[in-house]
Amino acid sequence: MSNQTTKLVPTPGQTVGPFYGYALPYEKDNELLAPGSPGSIRLQGTVYDGAGEPVPDAILEIWQPDADGNIVKQTGSLVRDGYTFTGWGRGSVGYSGVYTFTTVNPGPTSPGAAPFISVVVFARGLMNRLFTRIYLPENQEALAKDPLLSSLDPERRRTLIARRDPDGGLTWDVRLQGEGETVFLDFQ
Amino acid sequence: METQQDLSAEINAIGDAYARAVKDGAPAETQPRLDYAPYRSSILRHPTKSLHHADPETIELYSPAFGHQDVHALEADLTIQHNGEPQGERIIVAGKVLDGDGRPVAGQLVEIWQANASGRYIHKRDQHPAPLDPNFTGVGRCITGPDGSYKFTTIKPGAYPWKNHVNAWRPAHIHFSMFGTDFTQRIVTQMYFPGDQLFPLDPIYQSIVDQDARDRLVATYDHELTQPEWALGYNWDIVLTGSKRTWTENEALGAAGDEE
Ligand SMILES: [Fe+2]
Repeated sequence: MSNQTTKLVPTPGQTVGPFYGYALPYEKDNELLAPGSPGSIRLQGTVYDGAGEPVPDAILEIWQPDADGNIVKQTGSLVRDGYTFTGWGRGSVGYSGVYTFTTVNPGPTSPGAAPFISVVVFARGLMNRLFTRIYLPENQEALAKDPLLSSLDPERRRTLIARRDPDGGLTWDVRLQGEGETVFLDFQ
Repeated sequence: METQQDLSAEINAIGDAYARAVKDGAPAETQPRLDYAPYRSSILRHPTKSLHHADPETIELYSPAFGHQDVHALEADLTIQHNGEPQGERIIVAGKVLDGDGRPVAGQLVEIWQANASGRYIHKRDQHPAPLDPNFTGVGRCITGPDGSYKFTTIKPGAYPWKNHVNAWRPAHIHFSMFGTDFTQRIVTQMYFPGDQLFPLDPIYQSIVDQDARDRLVATYDHELTQPEWALGYNWDIVLTGSKRTWTENEALGAAGDEE
């Protein structure tokens, strides 16, 4: 590979629009694991707009390490065999703005690191995708040391940490705008 | 309800302000504005706080893997999904997916969806009174080759009306979804056709305020890609944001791609 000196300018994004619903979703898109299988948890939440109303036309993707913190390199996300954990899933919200995934608690990718799930949000009316993270709520010491979380005010930091449900699942809402606005990330 | 004139005045005012800012030394914008009021549905759906700068870590430096197990080769031809031929102008859309350093993105998933030749989507929310085509669904997928190349056979989508304002029409476009080598390169966008008269009127296209940046979404007619007696060819390359991963030599050569 020759040395590249000139960077290419990235292609702009555009809104996913209203009509992705017959194209992007597919069977078991939100089931990284079969529901009810050992170790599986439900991750769910609601996407809200700036008026606090649920957004009925948003679609989320999650990408995460497995329960041991390994980054998975398995194909098969689009045609799930029911056994292979690929680490990636796609979930559309319903009319009430609620999305659901069946997945596992991500493990720490290095000892003592705060485990998180990487998230990308698309919606009609959202001009470009938004990146964010979902952290597990448990390990306070790891959360306190996390480079991203420790760079945020406590109030904003809270938007990236999921709540643990009584059934062992996780709840994490997306607020696109206004009070409790989710922290969205710029990696450039 | 607002007219196109109202909307165009807003679009032009934002465009003029941007042109002045650039003249005064502001950097060129390369992405759409998240806060772009002429697209009315964006008003309550854009973050008001600026995006928080973060260094990508661990999982974010990798992408999910897709392969030929996930996508059948025939999914790249949108004209053969039914018993008959779809109506419309048959086209070939081909190009490459590259990262910001010009490296091909090999073995990655590309998904597209589009309206039919009449400007109608097979979607229950599409109320446009134009005919559905029983021979056209408008959904395709493929896996990029070792050189980052993709190629779809489809029909040229029609322009379609929407309810942003009175007499609002979208320029003909194909929705594209791509992955890179890092999850932070994830992109969903729209590809347009050259010379569309609706460009200046469309708040979605105009949400990218920089003309050079908008041009990056417009395919080029390519007579080399056109097939005699068969289909017109359009070329469109996609550049993802730069990869932040430290590359091994094999990966940089594309050996990590799915080359079955
Ligand atoms: Fe569209």
